[in-house]
Amino acid sequence: MVTSATNFSRTGLSDWLVQRVSAIVLLAYSLFIFGVFVLYPELSFEQWSGIFSNNAVRLFSMMSVLALCGHAWIGMWTIATDYLTSLQLGSAATFVRLIFQLGCALLITVYLLWGIQIFWGS
Amino acid sequence: MLVSIYRYNPETDLKPAMVDIEVDVPTDRDLMVLDVLNLAKEKDTTIAYRRSCREGVCGSDGMNINGTNGLACITPLSSVVKPGKKLVLRPLPGLPVVRDLVVDMSIFYKQFEKVKPYLMNNEPAPNIERLQSPEDRAKLDGLYECILCACCTTSCPSFWWNPDKFIGPAGLLQAYRFLADSRDTAASERLAGLEDPFSVFRCRGIMNCVAVCPKGLNPTRAIGHIRSMLIEQSA
Repeated sequence: MVTSATNFSRTGLSDWLVQRVSAIVLLAYSLFIFGVFVLYPELSFEQWSGIFSNNAVRLFSMMSVLALCGHAWIGMWTIATDYLTSLQLGSAATFVRLIFQLGCALLITVYLLWGIQIFWGS
Repeated sequence: MLVSIYRYNPETDLKPAMVDIEVDVPTDRDLMVLDVLNLAKEKDTTIAYRRSCREGVCGSDGMNINGTNGLACITPLSSVVKPGKKLVLRPLPGLPVVRDLVVDMSIFYKQFEKVKPYLMNNEPAPNIERLQSPEDRAKLDGLYECILCACCTTSCPSFWWNPDKFIGPAGLLQAYRFLADSRDTAASERLAGLEDPFSVFRCRGIMNCVAVCPKGLNPTRAIGHIRSMLIEQSA
């Protein structure tokens, strides 16, 4: 059993599941957005904001933002623990990795709050 | 033909070097890479490499042959080098070099040890051996044949990046060999030791292990089975 304090979830299994479920949500949302562009080739701002005033669309968008945040965190954590290790960086590895992950966490938080503001703000 | 061999003695050399040796290879038949290496050793007796059974059973002569891991003794020269080209031999990647083509496999064995590669059964032993139906025995085919040559594990980038945390394809193939055994009663205990983010889940399914296995085994499939068992146990 290998444990890691910087990984928020307890097991690799939940990470693996979150990664796949969030990928499906993001795929569905991408197809939805693509569909909007196909259905409305000359999309006006009124049509665009009309679509996003629908609560179901807002909910779906919010779900996608959450999926994106989860997906990004696990993905970036995995990249960091692959490439920012003591094998590559020596004794500075943990410090560099924590800074990198802090940056990721900040960016993800900003995206999440920004998303909430965009979809549910006045 | 020209044979380029990785030479490194950590006690005397500052850094490794590739050294070319001209070897007279008979043209009337196809040699194995190990035969060519033996011919090269006749020219330079200081070349160090492991070999024993010379028939793909002991797993000693795993090495990197023209960029691909394999057992030198069962790799025909014609399958790795085009006529007139150079044969390039390097040690297995990702492990510390002891000398030339000899690597220190300690960490590989440590990962193997982690999966408890032996039968665990808490029921009283019967008078005769523990029996198994032919169907249950068939589940071990494609798993028990592993000779621990380390060709698969040392071709896996996930093992290169986290050799101390990711068990690697060879160890995981053996983990599943005992998870799949009808005589083993420790499945849940074994799975509990594998559910962390590194031991199994560092596998990204790139299948380098499958591509290089000299015995034609499929560690990626075994890892998939372990993942399914983990999901079934936790869901």
